[in-house]
Amino acid sequence: MSFATLRLLPRTLWRFIRALSRDDAYSAYLAHHAATHPDTPPISAREFYLREQERKWSGVSRCC
Amino acid sequence: MRKLLWACVALIGASALGGIALNRGETINAMWIVVAAVCVYALGYRFYSAWIAARVLTVDDARATPAIRLNNGRDFVPTHRWIVFGHHFAAIAGPGPLIGPTLAAQFGFLPGTLWILVGAVLGGCVQDMTILFLSTRRDGRSLGQMARDELGPIGGYAAIVGTLVIMLILIAVLGLVVVNAMKHSPWATATVFATIPIAVLIGLYLRNIRPGRVLEASLIGLALLLLAVVGGGALNEHETLRTWFDLDGKPLAWFVIAYGFIAAVLPVWLLLAPRDYLSTFLKLGTVLLLAIAVVIMSPEIKMPAVTQFIDGTGPIFGGAIFPFVFITIACGAISGFHALVASGTTPKLIGTESDVRLIGYGSMVLESSVAIMAMIAATLLDPGVFFAINSSPGIVGASAEAAVSTISSWGFPVTVEQMDRLAQDMGESTLFARTGGAPSLAVGMASIFSSAFGSGMLAVWYHFAIMFEAVFILTTLDAGTRVGRFMLQDALGHVWKPLGRTSWYPSVLIASALVVAGWGYFLYIGVVDPNGGINILWPLFGIANQLLAGIALCVATGIIIKQGKLRYAWVTAAPLAWIALITTVATWEKVMSADPRVGFLAAAEQLATKLATGALPPEQAAVAPQLIFNQRLDAALALLLTAILWVVIADTARVSWRVARGLPVLPSSEAPAVPVHAQ
Repeated sequence: MSFATLRLLPRTLWRFIRALSRDDAYSAYLAHHAATHPDTPPISAREFYLREQERKWSGVSRCC
Repeated sequence: MRKLLWACVALIGASALGGIALNRGETINAMWIVVAAVCVYALGYRFYSAWIAARVLTVDDARATPAIRLNNGRDFVPTHRWIVFGHHFAAIAGPGPLIGPTLAAQFGFLPGTLWILVGAVLGGCVQDMTILFLSTRRDGRSLGQMARDELGPIGGYAAIVGTLVIMLILIAVLGLVVVNAMKHSPWATATVFATIPIAVLIGLYLRNIRPGRVLEASLIGLALLLLAVVGGGALNEHETLRTWFDLDGKPLAWFVIAYGFIAAVLPVWLLLAPRDYLSTFLKLGTVLLLAIAVVIMSPEIKMPAVTQFIDGTGPIFGGAIFPFVFITIACGAISGFHALVASGTTPKLIGTESDVRLIGYGSMVLESSVAIMAMIAATLLDPGVFFAINSSPGIVGASAEAAVSTISSWGFPVTVEQMDRLAQDMGESTLFARTGGAPSLAVGMASIFSSAFGSGMLAVWYHFAIMFEAVFILTTLDAGTRVGRFMLQDALGHVWKPLGRTSWYPSVLIASALVVAGWGYFLYIGVVDPNGGINILWPLFGIANQLLAGIALCVATGIIIKQGKLRYAWVTAAPLAWIALITTVATWEKVMSADPRVGFLAAAEQLATKLATGALPPEQAAVAPQLIFNQRLDAALALLLTAILWVVIADTARVSWRVARGLPVLPSSEAPAVPVHAQ
């Protein structure tokens, strides 16, 4: 492992943890929205969070 | 070089397994089991899963997955495979693999351990990976839809009925586990109650203060949960406060039922979603901590490899090793429930087809290793202590003296003083007859944690473990009630349109009440039953879960045959045959056995005779008619589940026969191939 990758390790790890916990869901949505529908305003962080929860818990997402 | 390495893994694994099998000492170190398990998983993953992916499924990385084709930045998002792995594992791992092995430890450590390893590598992992792949090829369709599209309407309906029944039984049995863990334990009860306002607080934070900042909210929540564990201990010391939380089984059952209803009709962001974040963090953290602690401590296994209870006389649940070890282990080896997750959220996140190996097979390997840890935690206890905690008073006698003399007479010496000291160490008033698996697992986990990370904190570790189990049991409880409600609303919508509208409040209330009444009934009867409802409910849950696995394997086998790969059909057909066999034999015994501890009808008969001859004390006579009815209902339910399984198997056989004869069958529902570069 080179020094450069080692130096980037904390940041990679942090990104991984954020993605794993879906902490980055809204920023990912903003990026996707900006790329695909730049002409329409994105929904707010709260609106996005509430819609995501509604979607997530409408199907089987937890097991025994 | 590579080959040499894998030959070494195989050799080490074989010697560890051989060492376990040939061990003739009093105890054996848990590291033997850990090493054997790691080698078996590594070989299964490296060779079997690779072979299945290449030959049977023919994964094709040049083919765009639905996450790429339908990317919408929300549910369809191509995601790094390790992140999907984390999500998928968090979704499939629940209390099942912790409780099943704990109960199955009554047969000794060996039968359960072997089935966890073999069942996972050849059955559970294969099912999870195959269904995940098939759903990925079908735009993330659900198991029920795939059954309908590929086999026909019969398979589709069977999957729906199976899912609904398993949901009700699962929630009832998990509710019973929580009730038994809280019964007359002010510390545990106060801590579990405190998790509810903590979750609501986090829910408000995530919606109003910093929307969607899951990480920081979860960390705050975790700190509060740990505070609740310690606070529960302080409350336990207080003379009057502790009496408020010193509750009997019945009021606790009503509490769980009321909680389930309220949680199901509240908006998800308020209670369900935040508690799920907390439980996921706890789950991943505790599993990791437990793995580290097991390795540091490398405890001695005190349970014999095989006990005399393989003949069916076991005190925790009645029934012989075949088929009941397979029914009891459930989720740690093969769990049909996983097929529902593997055909839901996960396939929509997969970026490359070959990722199904890591995500499908790999997650189940990890889940299975959680089951191995639960088995270690159960069997490192003195067997006498283990049986004293897990046996119901109906079997070993109601008083402490009676229980220790019965258990010691089996050759597992234990004394009242030993149990009292243990209870005192754990901060409980008693540990006799704390059935359900959670308390004994918590004792095991507490002893592992305290000896690996410093002793003295036994009571705190014990209640941490109870809180940990309760938090994700309660998540499963309201998530399951919601899913049941949606399915019921869907069905009721065919009767009267407005009832099918998921956002119409009267319909929400009616459907939720019906679902809660369904599992609440089984939970309540389980609490009332003096022989401990676990003895009845866990086998029913096991049968239901295997039924769902059977349906999933039927769908997979049917599709493999339709694709003209008959010679590879055994990959899913062999586990299917085994599941059909154990489920059918188990149902036969649960219904027909003359032993009232095994057969539902025999138990009903025995109770009816006792009631008629006036042999029951008044308080038992009062509930006897209910218990008799319940035993007969359970018999009917077990028969229904097995009948459904055989109908689906027959339907799969019909489809396969038509394929073999060249007759027309339903067309493949696979989405057309689109190369990655066309995107």
